Amino acid sequence: MVGSRTCAHLIQSAAGVMIFAEPRFGTAILGERDLAGLADANEELDRVVAQLLSRRPDISTLFLVGSCPSEVIKLDLAKAAERLNQRFFPKVRILNYSGSGIETTFTQGEDACLEAMVPVLPQSGDDSPSLMVVGTLADGVEDQFHRLFDQLGISPVYFFPPRRAANLPSIGKGTKLLVAQPFLSNTVRSLAARGATLLPSIYPLGIAGTTAWLRTAADAWGIDSGVFAQTIAPAVKRAEIALDRYRSVLKGRKVFLFPDSQLEIPLSRFLAQECGMELAEVGTPYIDRLLLEPEIALLPAGTLLSEGQDVERQLDRCRQAQPDITICGLGLANPLEAEGMTTKWSIELVFSPIQGYDQAADLAELFARPLERRRRLKI
Amino acid sequence: MELTLWTYEGPPHVGAMRIATSIEGVHYVLHAPQGDTYADLLFTMIERRDRRPPVTYTTFQARDLGGDTAEMVKTSVRDAYDRFQPQVMLVGESCTAELIQDQPGSLAKGMNLPIPIVSLELPAYSKKENWGASETLYHLVRTLLLPAVSQVPLPRRDRPGRPQANIIGPTALGFRCRDDIQEVKKLLAAIGVDVNVIAPMGATVADILRIPEADFNICLYPEIALTTCNWLQRNLGQPIVKTVPIGVGATRDFIAEIGTLTGIDVSEVLTRSQSDTLGNWDARRLTTAADATTSRLPWYSRSVDSTYLTGKRVFIFGDATHAIAAARIATEELGFTLVGIGTYSREFAKEVRAIAKQHDLEAVISDDYLAVEAAVAEAAPELVLGTQMERHIAKRLGIPCAVISAPIHVQDVPARYSPQMGWEGANVIFDSWVHPLMMGLEEHLIGMFKEDFEFAEGHRSHLHQVLAPEPASAVVPQRTSPPWSADGEAELKKIPFFVRGKVKRNTEKFATDRGISLITAETLYEAKAQIGR
Repeated sequence: MVGSRTCAHLIQSAAGVMIFAEPRFGTAILGERDLAGLADANEELDRVVAQLLSRRPDISTLFLVGSCPSEVIKLDLAKAAERLNQRFFPKVRILNYSGSGIETTFTQGEDACLEAMVPVLPQSGDDSPSLMVVGTLADGVEDQFHRLFDQLGISPVYFFPPRRAANLPSIGKGTKLLVAQPFLSNTVRSLAARGATLLPSIYPLGIAGTTAWLRTAADAWGIDSGVFAQTIAPAVKRAEIALDRYRSVLKGRKVFLFPDSQLEIPLSRFLAQECGMELAEVGTPYIDRLLLEPEIALLPAGTLLSEGQDVERQLDRCRQAQPDITICGLGLANPLEAEGMTTKWSIELVFSPIQGYDQAADLAELFARPLERRRRLKI
Repeated sequence: MELTLWTYEGPPHVGAMRIATSIEGVHYVLHAPQGDTYADLLFTMIERRDRRPPVTYTTFQARDLGGDTAEMVKTSVRDAYDRFQPQVMLVGESCTAELIQDQPGSLAKGMNLPIPIVSLELPAYSKKENWGASETLYHLVRTLLLPAVSQVPLPRRDRPGRPQANIIGPTALGFRCRDDIQEVKKLLAAIGVDVNVIAPMGATVADILRIPEADFNICLYPEIALTTCNWLQRNLGQPIVKTVPIGVGATRDFIAEIGTLTGIDVSEVLTRSQSDTLGNWDARRLTTAADATTSRLPWYSRSVDSTYLTGKRVFIFGDATHAIAAARIATEELGFTLVGIGTYSREFAKEVRAIAKQHDLEAVISDDYLAVEAAVAEAAPELVLGTQMERHIAKRLGIPCAVISAPIHVQDVPARYSPQMGWEGANVIFDSWVHPLMMGLEEHLIGMFKEDFEFAEGHRSHLHQVLAPEPASAVVPQRTSPPWSADGEAELKKIPFFVRGKVKRNTEKFATDRGISLITAETLYEAKAQIGR
């Protein structure tokens, strides 16, 4: 991260506890000398990068991440990455993207990071069809999807990002994109610009979401609908049994979503459609119609969708709505609990494996748990 | 530009937030982008606060930059005033807004709101969190008290009755401030001094206005309070009590200092505090509800089971207040040997250097945790007293550790009463520093029964879980030392494993220093004789 002390502080405080960030993150903190032009910011950055790489010889890919201050002073990290690549590539590949908080929410940062990798994906040798699943997934979830694609006869299947930086998937005119996360607007557009085709779909949250998502791929591969139904049947059956346990807890409960993770719209679809919950308000930081139109179409008629952030007014509406459960960021959760509301903090949804059949019940459980906790506590 | 993998302090506007959050009736309008709103969760998660900090962010975006970001400041100030009806408003900016130079403080002052506006200019690229907190407290107090200062004569304190003190310095996200306040109140009650105002933590704006009524100020955490206390001394003539009562000796000094200042005879309080064994197990003591008037630390430390603490090598790092206090407790009250000390509070480097010098050490004055890690590795201590960062360093090096200083972690805000100051604070410190160490008898028994399966090689105290050192500890300085002979190695293996590392290091250093080319059993004992334990 190229930025200020605030950036370093944010990274270490991100989850509300101090995390030992060293294994993956470092901050090049801009000082007065950099701002006053007394020090050449580019030379300084080169020095800091060299220092970091000598401390951590295991690094094979380094992202230079732009921040609010680096954007305002117009520090050109793309040029810096180019310059540093001349020095360090191929031992270390240096990429750049903006993680600036004047532009983006944290999941948009994930989008920007993936987008930065698109230009370095190898060109595929031919135009034969391949499936690229786009978006970070837990290893276990990835394996489950891999098995299902295998059984359906869909291949080859690549996951982007790959588990190891060295295994970047190739891309070409035959590449079909199945998007696993709803916030990857720029990544998808860049992949399309390299010749890939988007398979529009809803997202693999919940049983219905997963079925629709897999069917999108199956249809593109011309898989027989009988074969499809037969292939997914055991997983669907298992998922239904597991999800039933939580449906009774969630059914008829009212949920209010504050804008945070950009997962809000597909989550709401799952909570309404599969868990029988009532949607008081669905707030989301930003709506990309290209990636979310099919999801929005499935929300119950009359759902109040709000885009962007005016936290005080949203709080007013939330108190008015008196929801049974409120999904919000960590800054709001304890104050709302103290007002007597039940909350679920949204960042956990980004960190937990929630996609696919075998995680559908786990996802529902994340919402049932705060309600269950309320029920248990006698204090 | 400076590479940072971890920071001891946040930016100065977070310091300002700590002050705003501490005082009721204050609101802080911060010119900052959406990304900076993360700071709310420091308070709502780490301290489990039931209210959001009283902060309104202007949340300007990239597309606003060419346009009228100044207008956004005014809108935010007006909305915040209407919604929260504060009695005082702080207006400032974070690092990004500093670059666009909207001067939000002046803008807000130009709006003619019917409340005092404190304009905060906290340079984000050169200053840090504690400085930001200190400046904010100073400007807030100064703005509110300037009318009182110009009053002639000054509001005098010639009322009858007991002397009164202000306790200045405890803040939100301060290390154990919540409980330290209670201990200090107990000490003052025992001396016969009343508390006038505690600020900033738990104060209202009206309380700040009452600060001049006290006879003196207690500067509880100099990093936060010294600038303000100095101003109050200059302008209101209030003397400052500067002893920080952490540890038994410092608590006694604190009582004595207040005695001298107020003319109260504190000899009885001091004598009571020396009542060694406290009659811990007497019926009279057990059946009384009254708080103990002294600490158990002196007796626990003299109790024979504590002999094994003698000369334990300790490395201390933290803010200046806690590092200085820890050095005194470690050496004078627990009998440890100080092998390293440092602070990230550059403003108090002089004081920490002075302590280091007393122990023939070079103080580590740094906010670069990599430098601290290297210093810890080099000093090879048996106990590290530090921040959460040093806890990680110690874990990596397999050394026991206790946390003594901010930056705070959710674990530093325990549910139980857990002060650092006063008599109970000394009790808490005894327990939390000594428990991570393996007990003396335990060491011997493990040595004797090390062949038994449950005492497998590497067994340590159940209280101290040792993790395998991570490979990334590239900072540990590599020394080339002479090889060991077979008999030297055999002799080394006979030494209990928990001291073996140290003996090995000492012997190798001894051999290197003398130019010995092969370390034999003889060398080992030669080194032992020369170096001692």
